[in-house]
Amino acid sequence: METSFEDILDSLSGLEESVQELKEILLANLVMLGEIPAPTFKERERIEFLLNRFKEAEINKSSIDEVGNGIGILEGENGGGNILVVAHADTVFNKKADHTIQVEPNKVTGPGVADNSLGLSVLSTLPNLLDKLGIRLNNNLILMGATRSLGRGNLEGLRFFLSNFKQPIKAGLGLEGVELGRLSHTSIGMKRGEITCSVPEEYDWTRFGDASAILTLNEVINRINEIRLPQRPKTSIIMGSVEGGSSFNTTALHATLHFEIRSQSSEMVQEIHQNLQEIIAEVSSHNGDEIELDIFAQREPGGISFSHPLVHNTRRIMDHLNIEPRPGPSTSELAAFIDHDIPAITLGLTHGDHLHELNETIQIEPMYKGIAQIIGTLLAIDGGYCEED
Amino acid sequence: MKKIKEWIQNNTYHHSQFWDLKKLVEAKEKEGLTISLCLPTLNEEKTIGKEVILFKSELADRYPLLDEIAVIDSGSEDNTLEIAKSFGADVYLADDILPGLEPKKGKGENLWKAIYQLKGDIIVYVDADISNIHPRFVYGLVAPLIYNRQTKYVKAFYDRPLAFSGGIRPSGGGRVTEILIRPLFSLYFPELTGIIQPLSGEYAVRREVLEQIHFPIGYGVETSHLIDVYTKYGLDAFAQTDLDQRVHENQSTRSLGKMSFGILQTFIKRAKALGIIEKMEDHQTILRQTQAKEDTYEQIELEITEEERPPMIEIEEYQKKFVVKAD
Repeated sequence: METSFEDILDSLSGLEESVQELKEILLANLVMLGEIPAPTFKERERIEFLLNRFKEAEINKSSIDEVGNGIGILEGENGGGNILVVAHADTVFNKKADHTIQVEPNKVTGPGVADNSLGLSVLSTLPNLLDKLGIRLNNNLILMGATRSLGRGNLEGLRFFLSNFKQPIKAGLGLEGVELGRLSHTSIGMKRGEITCSVPEEYDWTRFGDASAILTLNEVINRINEIRLPQRPKTSIIMGSVEGGSSFNTTALHATLHFEIRSQSSEMVQEIHQNLQEIIAEVSSHNGDEIELDIFAQREPGGISFSHPLVHNTRRIMDHLNIEPRPGPSTSELAAFIDHDIPAITLGLTHGDHLHELNETIQIEPMYKGIAQIIGTLLAIDGGYCEED
Repeated sequence: MKKIKEWIQNNTYHHSQFWDLKKLVEAKEKEGLTISLCLPTLNEEKTIGKEVILFKSELADRYPLLDEIAVIDSGSEDNTLEIAKSFGADVYLADDILPGLEPKKGKGENLWKAIYQLKGDIIVYVDADISNIHPRFVYGLVAPLIYNRQTKYVKAFYDRPLAFSGGIRPSGGGRVTEILIRPLFSLYFPELTGIIQPLSGEYAVRREVLEQIHFPIGYGVETSHLIDVYTKYGLDAFAQTDLDQRVHENQSTRSLGKMSFGILQTFIKRAKALGIIEKMEDHQTILRQTQAKEDTYEQIELEITEEERPPMIEIEEYQKKFVVKAD
């Protein structure tokens, strides 16, 4: 018998309860995955754990691809189309960070638990959840732990998969640990890069006192700050972090600014990129220091509209679960889907705080709603309720 | 010492040898064994939640290796018990077990009372303060008991260095092990020196052994077990498993001094009973330590008495519950 969308909505509260019954398995996966360090480009061990979980769930079609993505395919009843659920496996923390996770009755704390160990652990638990709920989808469900997503990774894992997977994909669903209510359906244009200033190592007495890479970078930053940004299309330059120098009493030889240019318009992103090149050429010509601009990640703006059935029906699912939807753009995995014209959204799983700090925390309780929303959305996509006519 | 060499070769494992949990559970079921996990606690709210979650999910729900997960608490003042309970552990206060006996405080007391309270044919003890907890802490210890009927007592050791360039390196336990236990064992029980970490708090033991041995309630419990099991069953009753690394808070040298003093009492008591040390006067129960205050030094005196529980099999309630009699 065919399930109507109303039936799916009605089943949601039951889903929430069933998810709760698998709390231990879910949290154990979160702890074990989360305690494996996985800086971008070094996700192998985490992916192997994910694959073991897929094998234990008796998913026969599971493998690690050329760029390290971990993939498991739950075959559908009809085997017609494919739905891709993706969670990025990398975190912003390096291997040296203490990855110990602490579990309390209401929350879990540790580096990367929100971004994105929770997303990955939900992905690894999905086969158990669907099995417990007795759900067999009509379409194939591709579960993917994506590598090389953050920073210099530039979504390489997902891009590689989408470029090389030969079959059509009906829809994409990105899982992020936080924030519950997040419903990203568009990607903004983005360029991510760094500006590195370097001064010569030989001591130059003629520039006594002012030969410092930090001073040069400071000048660059001041100039960037003077760039006029339009109100429409919405545009911003995020100065994310700076690093430079090595001690109190040594002239800084190198200094680096990490930044992102974001805009609703790709022309605007390009224009600011050119501005940066001009600023660098000018500052460099003043003092003769070497300044390098390196853009290593970018996204094209795009996505599906607010009224697209995938967004519309996901909102109805969220409403039904009393989750306040917060639709908006993001720079997440969506960009890779957009490049391949695949309708996709990214959803958050729970509430959390201290994102990207060592004491990153997620709340346990709201997670059940977050997962119920994921399963509800999967059912809606599987039932054909998220496609444009 | 050919015997030690042989024993180390045959009875020392690495947890990775037992990664196949499906096979392990099948073997356990074939042997008709039940296994209880005992987590002795005192104010462990930071780590207990994670331990219970991992063991329950991996070794009870996913692979039914454990038949029981129990926390036995010495009277925590934090949320240890609530947290353990909320994640599905059975929770007991040590004082509530065998209430007819005068209560005593100490980790050994919890371990001893676990024999009465828990049902398993094998009891595996894991400290509750391990921050890098992993299912291997349990399956690595119970597997040798499941696969080998001769093995009665499996001890953990932790030996994977963070970085090592190759060649020969010292392999051993903590400071107390190297400064106190190993010299003592070398003198009086040389075969026991094959046990790499005699003081590790993680071990799995068959009930038939646990019910027959004394339990110092304080620091001496691990040492007494090794000597008692060794004298009763011989070296071949032991096995040991490398569990890689164990991350926990380091203790101050002063605490280690207290621990050593308790261990020494346990050791000497046994050495005398076994006729190893003859004509020795009853030992002191005062440990003297020195501390510096400004420019002066002062001596502090600590009373450390190693009380002991009798073998569980001598307890009337136990005999009734498990329908057994003392020899």
